[in-house]
Amino acid sequence: MKSKVFPLVLILFFFIIFVIFFKGLKNSNIYTPKTNLEIKVPSFELKSFENNNIISETIFKDDEYYLMNIWASWCIPCREEHEFLMELKKNQKIKLIGFNYKDNFKNAKSFLKDLGNPYDIIVIDEDGTSSIDWGAYGVPESFLIYQNNIIKRFIGPINNDDLLGIQKIIK
Amino acid sequence: MKFVHIFIITSILFSLNSLKADDVKTENEIAKNLRCLICQGQSVYDSDSEFAISLKLVIKNKIQQGMSEEQIYSFLKIKYGEWILYEPEFNKNTYFLWLLPILMFIVGGAIIFKLFIIRKN
Repeated sequence: MKSKVFPLVLILFFFIIFVIFFKGLKNSNIYTPKTNLEIKVPSFELKSFENNNIISETIFKDDEYYLMNIWASWCIPCREEHEFLMELKKNQKIKLIGFNYKDNFKNAKSFLKDLGNPYDIIVIDEDGTSSIDWGAYGVPESFLIYQNNIIKRFIGPINNDDLLGIQKIIK
Repeated sequence: MKFVHIFIITSILFSLNSLKADDVKTENEIAKNLRCLICQGQSVYDSDSEFAISLKLVIKNKIQQGMSEEQIYSFLKIKYGEWILYEPEFNKNTYFLWLLPILMFIVGGAIIFKLFIIRKN
């Protein structure tokens, strides 16, 4: 009796392990964080493009929508999303804040000159430490802000669906 | 007198140096315990991605501000979630993970005890 139970248990054990690992194969191995979180906007003090000091509290007003977009001239996907940002700029109900990430000032300027400037304010994060406060991963990344809360975040370039989604929220 | 001065200055310099070395050591230790979120299978310490470089800088600044290791971990946990820490926390999702080795150890010990010691008697 004993000799029959043991191999059965062993087979069952390995079968369960096989199923667990086999299922694990299909899991995405790229971590994606929750994107629908209500987090307070982190405060920062950064230089703007016009070389003024900008404090976050003075930018974000309670009754308006803001899209804070992390971008850099060296970032290829940023070029792709730029047309959607330009489209969003036409909407009066939202303000766009550019967050220039680890960029060369000259290159950033010519990037905006070539493709247009959708931003109302641009702040410069020279060493990328401020973006960590936002819980950002890199470029491009965007945060939709209302009443000093991040209500939605977009990791990676904004596409047409995202644009429509934003326009629906701020309607 | 001059000798004393030189001695004091050099000793201060050396002590500063060792403080700095301690900071770098904790800095590296923290970075090794953090998962580089945009890389695959690399710690922040190992990675040279823009994200990891910035994060290392943040850790350095936080240490200089006098934050403890625990405080830095909890700060990053708030910002990026628990996934950034290599060591999973002890909570209801990880009871099984943490307790299984202990359980196996106890059960294994019991089996050995039964097989060898009781049988001998």
